[in-house]
Amino acid sequence: MRQDDKLGTEGDAVYAALLTAHEGLSEAESHRMNARLVLMLANQVGDADTVQQLIADARALAED
Amino acid sequence: MAYDYQPFPYVPPPGLTGPEPRHPVAIVGAGPIGLALAIDLAQRGVASVVLDDNNVVSVGSRAICWAKRTLEIFDRLGVGERMLEKGVTWQVGRNFHGADEIYSFDLLPEDGHKYPAFINLQQYYVEEYLIERAQELGIDLRFKNKVVAHEDKGDHVVLTVETPDGSYTLEASYLAACDGAKSPTRERMGLPFEGQTFEEHFLIVDVEMADSPFGTDTPERWFWFRPPFHPGQSALLHKQPDNIYRIDLQLGPDTDPVEEATEEKVRPRLRAILGDRPFRLDWMSVYKFRCARLERFVHGRVVFVGDSAHVVSPFGARGGNGGIQDVDNLGWKLAAILESAGGNDLLESYNTERVYGSDENILNSTRATNFMTPKSPIEAMFRDEVLRMAHHHPFARRLVNSGRLSLPCSLAGMPMIGTGDGPVAPGMAIIDAPLQDGWLLEQVQGRFVLVGFGDVTLPEVTGVDRLGIGQSAEYPCVAPDGDLVFERYGRGIAYLFRPDGHVVASFQNPTAEKVQGAYQRALGAKTQVTA
Ligand SMILES: Cc1cc2nc3c(=O)[nH]c(=O)nc-3n(C[C@H](O)[C@H](O)[C@H](O)COP(=O)(O)OP(=O)(O)OC[C@H]3O[C@@H](n4cnc5c(N)ncnc54)[C@H](O)[C@@H]3O)c2cc1C
Repeated sequence: MRQDDKLGTEGDAVYAALLTAHEGLSEAESHRMNARLVLMLANQVGDADTVQQLIADARALAED
Repeated sequence: MAYDYQPFPYVPPPGLTGPEPRHPVAIVGAGPIGLALAIDLAQRGVASVVLDDNNVVSVGSRAICWAKRTLEIFDRLGVGERMLEKGVTWQVGRNFHGADEIYSFDLLPEDGHKYPAFINLQQYYVEEYLIERAQELGIDLRFKNKVVAHEDKGDHVVLTVETPDGSYTLEASYLAACDGAKSPTRERMGLPFEGQTFEEHFLIVDVEMADSPFGTDTPERWFWFRPPFHPGQSALLHKQPDNIYRIDLQLGPDTDPVEEATEEKVRPRLRAILGDRPFRLDWMSVYKFRCARLERFVHGRVVFVGDSAHVVSPFGARGGNGGIQDVDNLGWKLAAILESAGGNDLLESYNTERVYGSDENILNSTRATNFMTPKSPIEAMFRDEVLRMAHHHPFARRLVNSGRLSLPCSLAGMPMIGTGDGPVAPGMAIIDAPLQDGWLLEQVQGRFVLVGFGDVTLPEVTGVDRLGIGQSAEYPCVAPDGDLVFERYGRGIAYLFRPDGHVVASFQNPTAEKVQGAYQRALGAKTQVTA
């Protein structure tokens, strides 16, 4: 499913915040932080079907 | 005190000296499943012969957690009250990460049920009670009778049985293979038993100990991820009757199971958990677990029941509990088929319904085991981050999985289940409620019965009993105890229950035609008519 933009002009800020949060972390620590973040975001989405669709869309690009 | 294993006597079977008349059902295996099935059949007037290669009850406690639904089924089989009385009723579970408690649950015993959510009771007691009940019913139990061959003749099965006095053959209309996880019946038939094997070894130990390690007199279930006393692994502590405590320790994939199951290895591990409390080592064993099932549970005249049909890892306590639901599903169907009351597809519905139930158990057990024993660095990372977050964030506590405890399986949407819009949906298992003289489940289970709740008139339908609750009529009626029964089922509504306590259909205006239709559907009679 195509993911349309939902953040609008806030997109840049969110992207920057993500990179900033990883600053100073080792690669392993970064992976762990991402794992926490993914789980938190999934919980915020709060709908298993939507999350599963997102997982599938993210996974699909792994095979590119 | 250690359990006193009393060997059951071997009696030379009649088949050694001359042919026996054909038995309606031969049950291979006197574990909890074979015994429960024999009792269910006997209570329906169907004689069976139970053949077991051994002559004592379960060696080691093995299954200890028995779920509410199982106890309700055991109530119908005549051993539920005894189990409840002897068993340890527990309701609080605590999960720890390292030394810290991260999450606890209370199985909140809702009022108005005869049985609690769970009890703990060693499998040897359960088997002892079942054997006594079977003897009371005059069931033909044959110990030291090992089934070594069988042949499906199309309309019956011929079994070859070995005894200390030599071998004999036996004929039965149906063979119920209740011969456990390694099922020789299954092996003999060359049926694939596929699924997932977990690489981890688990040490399972029972210790007897006078002091409660829980720091309270109330028994609890404690589960640790990466406990300080057993670094990097998981551990479980649970109470059983007779001051016996179950301890499970994850040992990792690369241990030597034989060496691990020795006192020298085990004692220091236990000391690390129990400190200097005196204890006696009662039983220990090292296991590797798997989740697997047969593709089909019915093969001609051979029916697989319990562990022979499916196995799960024990986290969630779904092995024995799942098997007892198999028995509940199969008993009345087999009896109906033998009395020619059931349709051709009734046995097939056992296959469909219990394959479905088994998949649910396998799914839940697999998820729990995967959480406990991550298969890759990335799985371990997600798992560990869930545990870390669980210290702070409620949503992560919900993801911590040390076993999702067995719940009754719903048969909603299955071919033999009808329709209805009552609060207890068709396909669901009975929900208990108090009556003035006992419990709803005691009145309902074991037969086809149309139950009218409150103001509703029940039509007469052949084959279906009637029961009114909070009404007076020409059929049997009972009084409710308080309003719980109506809160759970509604008022002015009738439910048709199957003998295994599952709701077939519910009706606002039950007419004889509608009830008859649902009843026939439940018996698979439709296909019989068109066949
Ligand atoms: C450590 C552990 C913990 C567990 N905890 C739980 C729990 O808490 N809750 C739960 O619900 N389940 C639990 N289980 C699972 C539970 O023990 C099994 O699901 C249960 O024993 C299955 O019963 P059964 O009658 O199908 O098989 P079994 O109990 O294995 O019985 C099979 C019987 O068949 C006999 N037999 C085998 N071959 C032949 C032959 N050729 N001829 C004649 N007889 C034969 C055997 O002697 C045996 O008596 C646990 C299992 C283990 C190992």
